[in-house]
Amino acid sequence: MTIVKTNMDRRSFLKASALAGGGLMLSFSWLAGCKPTPEQALTMPKEWFELNSYIKIGENGAVTLFSPNPEFGSNVKTSMPMILADELDTDWKNVFVEQADFYPERYDRQFTGGSQGIRQGWTPLRTAGATARMMLVNAAAQTWKVPAGEITTEAGTIHHKSSNKKAGYGEMASLAATLPVPEEVKLKEIKDFKIIGNSKKNVDGLNIVTGKPLFAIDHKVDGMLYSAIVHPPAFGMKLKSFDASSVKSMPGIKDVFSINVFTEEYERNFFDVATFPEIVAIVGNSTWEVLQAKKALKVEWENAPQSSFAMTDFGGNKSTGSIPAGLENSADHKAKMAEYSAKPGNILRRDGDPEAQFKKAAKVIERTYSAPFLAHNTMEPMNCFADVKGGKAVVYGPTQAPELIMSTLAQALGIPKENIQINLARMGGGFGRRAYSHHLVEAALISQKINAPVKMVYTREDDMTSGVYRPTYTATYRAALDENKNLLAFHVKAGGIPETPIAPNRFPAGAIDNYLAEGWQIESNITIGAFRAPRSNFIASAEQSFLDELAEEMGKDPIAFRLELLKRAETNPVGETNDYDAKRYAGVLELVRDKSNWNTPPAGIHRGVSAYFCHNSYVAEVLDLEMKDNQPTVQKVYAAVDCGIVINPDAAANMGEGAIVDGIGNAFFGELTFTNGVPDKTNFDKYRMIRQKEAPRSIEVHFVKNDVDPTGLGEPLFPPVFAALANSLYKATGKRLYDQPFQPQLIEMGNLKM
Amino acid sequence: MATLNLKVNKKSYTVDVDPNTPVLWVLRDHLNLVGTKFGCGIAQCGACTIHMDGAAIRSCSLPVSAVANSELTTIEGISENGDHPVQKAWLEHDVPQCGYCQAGQIMTAVALLNENPLPSDQEIENAMNGNICRCGTYLRIKAAVKTASQSL
Repeated sequence: MTIVKTNMDRRSFLKASALAGGGLMLSFSWLAGCKPTPEQALTMPKEWFELNSYIKIGENGAVTLFSPNPEFGSNVKTSMPMILADELDTDWKNVFVEQADFYPERYDRQFTGGSQGIRQGWTPLRTAGATARMMLVNAAAQTWKVPAGEITTEAGTIHHKSSNKKAGYGEMASLAATLPVPEEVKLKEIKDFKIIGNSKKNVDGLNIVTGKPLFAIDHKVDGMLYSAIVHPPAFGMKLKSFDASSVKSMPGIKDVFSINVFTEEYERNFFDVATFPEIVAIVGNSTWEVLQAKKALKVEWENAPQSSFAMTDFGGNKSTGSIPAGLENSADHKAKMAEYSAKPGNILRRDGDPEAQFKKAAKVIERTYSAPFLAHNTMEPMNCFADVKGGKAVVYGPTQAPELIMSTLAQALGIPKENIQINLARMGGGFGRRAYSHHLVEAALISQKINAPVKMVYTREDDMTSGVYRPTYTATYRAALDENKNLLAFHVKAGGIPETPIAPNRFPAGAIDNYLAEGWQIESNITIGAFRAPRSNFIASAEQSFLDELAEEMGKDPIAFRLELLKRAETNPVGETNDYDAKRYAGVLELVRDKSNWNTPPAGIHRGVSAYFCHNSYVAEVLDLEMKDNQPTVQKVYAAVDCGIVINPDAAANMGEGAIVDGIGNAFFGELTFTNGVPDKTNFDKYRMIRQKEAPRSIEVHFVKNDVDPTGLGEPLFPPVFAALANSLYKATGKRLYDQPFQPQLIEMGNLKM
Repeated sequence: MATLNLKVNKKSYTVDVDPNTPVLWVLRDHLNLVGTKFGCGIAQCGACTIHMDGAAIRSCSLPVSAVANSELTTIEGISENGDHPVQKAWLEHDVPQCGYCQAGQIMTAVALLNENPLPSDQEIENAMNGNICRCGTYLRIKAAVKTASQSL
């Protein structure tokens, strides 16, 4: 039994409610909630009674659950309410789900990213559900004059057995809403979960397949104007001047002006990555008209000098950010990275005496891996609706991180935070890109300037060329072997532009006596940001490719070799700062070995394996590749995942499948390069994305069954697949691939086609 | 500017727009039919797919002047209540993740099945290859097309 402190402060809740009554906090859900199933068990009630920030119950027993976190496709809008509903002990078919607006007085951590939504929401959501249930039970106890401890609940009904009294939640809701919040509540036993662990369909499914307006880009109000933006054509350039008269007389054009998302004195936060703080905005009557003016606008750019700004870094420390001058080229990046790879780096971890072991080694294997910058390419380009007037702002946009853009909005608009309302739109993809939400600030500034509601939309070209990319990285791995091919020492040195991808306390650290990890970084004016499993998405590919090659050199099966290392880390770990559980790590390798019948691949299948730990979860993957008419075809991918308790298994599998497809696509095709600061690709004609034909023919996602509290899921299936693919391509072609993307090298290999 | 008569989802509309305006923006900005999505603007991603006289077309790259005498169908028009077999199959397989590309995917699938009610795997792959899903729901899309095909 788990008893938790509720930590629910009724007064702060009431304060928030009063604020809502004050007129600023609009109810922005113009759609009447989403039902989990189209069969409406209950209609909308006449009156709702709020039990807490997450839950209101109607007099007819209908339940509205507010999903606190922004939805970008990870399905939190279904899984978070499932957690609430289970502890509330309600019937899922009587539930309406609504997206909560950004409301820090009522909700903690309204942030979608880092695969932390469910992990960090787990206890608060369970507590909120259990608290509301307890209040309903207390209301029944008071009404029936029986002890609360004798009352049971089931699927939205309250029962007192000995007096045979029964009531629906709706009958007790009005009284329950007035009762004190219990200080402690009992949470369910895991075995008693009825909704958690049982697949539920996406609550927005019907709205999606019928084309309902769910996204910020779909939003429209009377009198709304449209806006396009023009940003510098290259990293390292800034606005010099523009000629408004060049487009002002074009049809439908209302205004042309420049905006700057940062005021001079503003102290930036870690997520204030605005590639081009100053841009030109064009406002008009329709999207097409502003896009025409965008093409015609006469604008001059100039090289930006080196600049610096005050900021608070990720750890909360004050520091100075710096943006170097110059127009950068990918060829120069490569040369510079090779230079840094050859020099000593910063030592991040050192166990034993690796240098001495390398000196006495009979054989040293050294391999260098690289990966390019990547653009996120969310299908819905950056956009935002804003309505700023009379010292108040309503901003409705696709953002993963409303709390991280609030201060930026406040300083740019000169409006206090209390007068800014951020409403959370469903996002057409995020992948980390929308943790950086300066498109919200841009739209708000535009609305403020023209004193009218506005919808600003980036073109695909604006979106792909506005930075916040996955960095480019390189890693050199070395292994020292004795004459009997025993592993003596292991060395990784990795860096990138502008960050190192190394997590020095992850596997295989802890499994090898003599271990050295070094990192380095090169600064750049090309902006970067989180991209699905930041850093892990590269270092996993390098490490797991190297381990495969090392196993082969040592004459060992690649899974058996990894398990051997993990056994060492489990039974006699090196060092005390290892950040993984070697047993759970081995568990996913064993499960994937089992599920894939690792030792007996089907005829004509080339197999690669890979495993990685990140975002508190463990994943191992086996990828089956077939060469069909000289075309590498991924037949099947098996994934074994240990992310603790799985809330919504089918949706979890869907996300796992997506991460695997995403990884295969980026491994084969993903690449953004630069010439004189200009991105070489600006749209999907050149930037190749994985499509239906290149997707695996099937994917099996297997979850380890345990009672561990849930951990990350959106990201962990992504990093391992790159190496599973590389290792299977080696089996198929006899060639190791060290540099992503793989497709251009495969094409060079004789008759291969893709 | 030109006054144009359009037929969308069996309804008639009159719009006063630049005749070069792509159908996509007329649908979204002028007719409030926002289910059809903007993805790339160059007919490379399929998010803007609609039907013109039953055939799947990319509405982002077709000027509105070219469709004045055609019957257009958008995602809002393929069924009254979201109960087209393709929509039902999409729900059964719980296909969407972010959901942004799915209207275009569904419109391509409906056009395929209208023309070829029993497509092979390869025919499905060929037909659906023009629609990018950044979330990677391709397997479920294919499975849903097959399910819909069986229920037609």
